[in-house]
Amino acid sequence: MCTYLTEKVAMSGSAKGASGWFRVTEGSVYFDHPVHAPYGHTLNIDFLAPEQGPSARVAVELTAESARALMKAIEAVLESAPAGLD
Amino acid sequence: MSDAIIAESITITGHGGDTIEAYSARPLDPGAPIGGVVVIHHMPGYDAGTKEIARTFATHGYNAVVPNLYWREAPGASPDDAAAAARAKGGVPDDRLVGDVAGAASYLKGLPTANGKVGTIGYCSGGRQSFLAAVSLPLDAAVDCYGAFIVGEPPAGMPLKVGPIVDKTPDLSCPLLGLFGVDDQYPSPEHVAELEAALAAAGKTYEFHSYEGAGHAFFSVNRPAYRPEAAVDGWQKIFAFYGTYLA
Repeated sequence: MCTYLTEKVAMSGSAKGASGWFRVTEGSVYFDHPVHAPYGHTLNIDFLAPEQGPSARVAVELTAESARALMKAIEAVLESAPAGLD
Repeated sequence: MSDAIIAESITITGHGGDTIEAYSARPLDPGAPIGGVVVIHHMPGYDAGTKEIARTFATHGYNAVVPNLYWREAPGASPDDAAAAARAKGGVPDDRLVGDVAGAASYLKGLPTANGKVGTIGYCSGGRQSFLAAVSLPLDAAVDCYGAFIVGEPPAGMPLKVGPIVDKTPDLSCPLLGLFGVDDQYPSPEHVAELEAALAAAGKTYEFHSYEGAGHAFFSVNRPAYRPEAAVDGWQKIFAFYGTYLA
């Protein structure tokens, strides 16, 4: 199905897209049909800079299992990082 | 007549008088006036697969045009980036869709080879939009390929800017062909049955086919949802339907 279910996240950081590095200001997270991954539905994340236009985008399409593993890995790394380094 | 076609990017006048991009595919020498088809792209956008569908209609003797429904959000962007931008803004508003399809239909009717008849076809979100166009505009035939939320509310918590439109069934201006997968959840077989009941109650001309072993997006040749048997039969149903109502 076409879910349109989208969570938006304000972000501050950088990503490397088709035209090189750019400052990321927003993220979109949604579960829907992928463009490229060979699955019916995937967890998709767009790292965006809307003020730079639609092409300022780094996109990933992950199986639900991969996305959950990624969440755990991110949590684990952040938890183990020494405090005060940000 | 010959089997030669021309396929090209053009601009058309869409909703609100806006100039939007479109993809036009037409027989070069049909030999006699022919019908036109507005192809409404699926949610992943104005992509290569949808343009291929337009060319398929042209090779079967129809003028076809695909309006780029995401042009305003992302002019010139690649289809996947445009679809992401449109999604982030909540999708295509219903009134804008109707205006863009009206502009596409006007373009088709103005072609020198046109016989004056225009149909729509849409896939996925475009299936609902094909029905929406047919209850909003004077058309000659409409095809709904697994369009969700003609019937039924989006699941709770989904920030979907579309709602059910089955109550508009009495306004349907033309015969409707519906092609669905039995394994689809949106629309589910229950949703399809409710739409069929509404069409019957309103005395409308319709033809529904639901395919066993097929789910959502079974026409998409580049996706795992592709079901060759359903898609091949579905294409035959489409050409038979348009052959009756757009001739």
